[in-house]
Amino acid sequence: MLNRGRNIEKGRVITRRMFILAAAKILLFAGISSRLYNLQISDREKYEILSDKNRIREWKTPPQRGIIVDNFNKVLASNDRVFQLHLILDEINDFDVTIFKIKNLIGLDQFQIKKLYKKKERLKPWDTLVVSDNLTWEQFSKINLYLHELEGAKPVLSTSRFYPYANDLVHIVGYVGDASPKDLEKPEIKENFVPGLKVGKYGIENSQEKMLIGNYGIKRYEVNASGKRISQIDYIKERQGNKVNLTIDIEIQKYAQELLKEKAGSICAMDIYTGEVVAMASSPTYDPNKFTHGINQKDWKEIKNNPLKPLINKSIAGLYSPGSTFKPLVALAALEYGILDPNKTIRCKGHKHPYELYGVKYHCWKKEGHGYMKLRNAIKQSCDIYFYEMARLLGVDRLSIIAKRYGLGTNVLGDLYNDEKKGLVPDTKWKKRALEQSWYLGETVINGIGQGYIQTTPLQLCLMTAQIANGGYKIKPHIIKDDSINYKDVLNKIKLDQSNFPLHERNYLDDINVEYYQRMYHKKSNINFVLDAMFGSTNEQYGTSYKSRYDDPKYQFAGKTGTSQVRRITDLDRELDLDTDQIEYKKRDHALYVAFAPYKDPRYAISVIIEHGGSGSKTAAPLASKLIKRIIDRHKLREQFNNGNTSLA
Amino acid sequence: MLRERIQASNYSLLDKLRSIDYLLILLIIAIGSISIFAIYSTEGGKFSFYTKNHIIRLSSFFILFLLLSFVRVSTWYKNAYLFYFVGLLLLITVLFFGISASGAKRWINLYFLNLQPSELMKIAVIICFARYYHRIQSSDIQSYKFLIQPIILLIIPCYLVIQQPDLGTSILIAGSGIAIIWLAGLNIKYFVYSGLLLLVSLPFAISILKPYQKSRILTFFNPDRDPLGAGYQIIQSKIAIGSGGFFGKGYLKGTQSYLEFLPEKHTDFIFTLFSEEFGFLGSIILLLLYILLIYRIINVGLVSRSFFAKLYCFGFATAIFLYVFVNIAMVLGMLPIVGAPLPIMSYGGSSLLSIMLGLSIVMSCKIYNQEQISAY
Repeated sequence: MLNRGRNIEKGRVITRRMFILAAAKILLFAGISSRLYNLQISDREKYEILSDKNRIREWKTPPQRGIIVDNFNKVLASNDRVFQLHLILDEINDFDVTIFKIKNLIGLDQFQIKKLYKKKERLKPWDTLVVSDNLTWEQFSKINLYLHELEGAKPVLSTSRFYPYANDLVHIVGYVGDASPKDLEKPEIKENFVPGLKVGKYGIENSQEKMLIGNYGIKRYEVNASGKRISQIDYIKERQGNKVNLTIDIEIQKYAQELLKEKAGSICAMDIYTGEVVAMASSPTYDPNKFTHGINQKDWKEIKNNPLKPLINKSIAGLYSPGSTFKPLVALAALEYGILDPNKTIRCKGHKHPYELYGVKYHCWKKEGHGYMKLRNAIKQSCDIYFYEMARLLGVDRLSIIAKRYGLGTNVLGDLYNDEKKGLVPDTKWKKRALEQSWYLGETVINGIGQGYIQTTPLQLCLMTAQIANGGYKIKPHIIKDDSINYKDVLNKIKLDQSNFPLHERNYLDDINVEYYQRMYHKKSNINFVLDAMFGSTNEQYGTSYKSRYDDPKYQFAGKTGTSQVRRITDLDRELDLDTDQIEYKKRDHALYVAFAPYKDPRYAISVIIEHGGSGSKTAAPLASKLIKRIIDRHKLREQFNNGNTSLA
Repeated sequence: MLRERIQASNYSLLDKLRSIDYLLILLIIAIGSISIFAIYSTEGGKFSFYTKNHIIRLSSFFILFLLLSFVRVSTWYKNAYLFYFVGLLLLITVLFFGISASGAKRWINLYFLNLQPSELMKIAVIICFARYYHRIQSSDIQSYKFLIQPIILLIIPCYLVIQQPDLGTSILIAGSGIAIIWLAGLNIKYFVYSGLLLLVSLPFAISILKPYQKSRILTFFNPDRDPLGAGYQIIQSKIAIGSGGFFGKGYLKGTQSYLEFLPEKHTDFIFTLFSEEFGFLGSIILLLLYILLIYRIINVGLVSRSFFAKLYCFGFATAIFLYVFVNIAMVLGMLPIVGAPLPIMSYGGSSLLSIMLGLSIVMSCKIYNQEQISAY
């Protein structure tokens, strides 16, 4: 019985302990349940995001760059299909081995391999290395064939820039190249960049990046743990960049470029009402297509070391003394301020009796002198003596007000080109501030013939001429087509401004700010006087560009020559009086010419500068004459096209 | 007189069939079916190797379970020690002739099955201890003489299993053994003392762990320590479960497991896959099935007359609980990663075999619940 009692006791112990254990089990299961609740209900979102991150990988697809077209929709910059090889760095275990295999497949030389290693060092470990952005079809198919042996290799079908008019447009359109770290800091590039994408380096390509670059596409793939694509779940298509429409007429541009062949210099042509730049040539030039896939050392050295400096866009970044092309504006200023009666006669007596001021002699360019001159004749024959005296009377500060008003001393194209120069229109305040010196009257005198401190770009001279030729109205120069600006509207605005004449209770002789399409002159007759004098300069005997004239009123133009000294002319030089080709190239004068055409109903202004070309009348004016004919021949077509008749293109 | 009759009894077949726990069988079938679907899903919805094997094993072991259920409980009792020693012998065989996989030597090649003796040992320890404590008077239980024997019986297999190395199974074997010692009524102070002793010796124990085991424990405390290495499994498992949400991603739609982010998804991490696809709801239902299973087993113990049957059932119920708890807590990141399969659900013959064997003993306890076993 004792045994039995013990047994009952034992049974009770076991059962009791079982219940204690069961309680513990329930507690622990409750723990698991609450953990499940935490993970699956409280933190569900967090883990869902993590899960998506795990399974979804994104690949960016490069966008096509927007094309660039001329006024007639002719393509100036297009996209070609190219084959590229990219390496995804974080998928590569042994970079050396991979590079060795690639080297054997597509035949890289030692120099290229060195460059790749250098490039790789600059990249982050998860970046993409572009091994080659322009493989031949043969190389590309070889890579594809051996792809399974190449870790991280990614053959890419991409597009690259092509410039059909290569050399003729490089200074306007610019070129593309690999993005530098600095480029990648720009928001428009940073937001749209895909490895291997080319970005604008210069010109329109650079400044219109936002328009041209487009948006990359995204391909989302479901991947497994080892990164292998399982299926595509999403594809946001890439968007090609916008088209950029230039005001350039490629035919005229090509011709201008041809006229400048073998020379250093610039030709600019502009619509005097709309401000559309029709041509902006700079010479010498170079091939932008060479830059697309990285220019080779030899070509680069050739361009860089050329003494005629092809890399400089001379139309906007070349600074020249305007020389006598400045004279119409000096005359206009003098007339506006009423400094002198245009019938005032001054005698030019030649080198033996130069103009004298405080014991310093100032010579006319004409050795034997012009004789008795009135203002119109002084402009026509470009007499320096007359302008010395006129400038002295006018004073540099008043001259600078008018010079700045007509477009000198500021950027013509705004911030479109980061290398555009402002030039310099000096006045007394400027000299005090910049050089900490007082102004000398002698400096005013030579300023009157466009020498001295004054510095202008060819495009500024073109704009200056345009704004005189259109009757003295401010226009908005531009090289990217602006549909809101057309000839009829501009003409209407100008007419409106004329009819509002009494409303302008402003003193145009003060340093005032003039709005677009409003007049800049004080007296209309002064503008007309200058235009008439320029007509004489080209179309009348003894005029400096008489030889380049057209008698046909369709082509008849008016202009002003200029010869800008690159150094001080000594008495010895005057004595020698050498011909241009007898002087050392670097010491020869720059030849300039500005003109507008047709004279009767002007529409275009043009400026020509030939560096070290000698005299303006011999070198620059004939080129301008040829180009003017071409521009006028194409005028009708342009007019029709711009008025919406696009079928003519 | 009644007792005499029953002891000598020849149960009629009808009696036997009547006393079968049909609910228990239903639970086994339910969990078994779920496991087939889960393993089918691990293969990305293709009927291939693992699914086929699992179905074959599940059905053959289920038949084995039904057959062995009719073995008298006294037979189990008589052969308990034999069972234990056979298990021990197999463990020693593994030591010398075992086949290795992924750095561990755990299996004996039986041609139709790679047997993992440590899995059998889980059951062997329970049945051996149940017999041991069956005959000991409650007054003797507290004496050192009777305490030292089970401790030795426990330490030998645990040591052998650790040597394989297989920390997880060894802990589970120890756990079930200790559970029976507790059930038998050993004074609570021993548990408190040894618990304290374990805590004190923990730093020393850790120092003798293998580097990978140490890293697992460190990783447990901070999975982000090495997210692509040791912490990978825990992080990926948590992501899978968490992203399942309340209703889950749907059957065969578990991206984590389908896209192979989950390691060992058909064995130790089967719960992760199930939970990703069926969400919180499915997980709780599965957990409830296990709780019911454990409850049924305890119930058999309660209606059994013999101490052996009681101890065995309670012990086995605790063991099942431990397996389930350790496995799920592990995939939820609550415990370090130690190899511990989820009973019935996980793919693996030995584990399934030992569970079915254990269940058949429970069933025989049920069928012969009135059988008294004399303590000799």
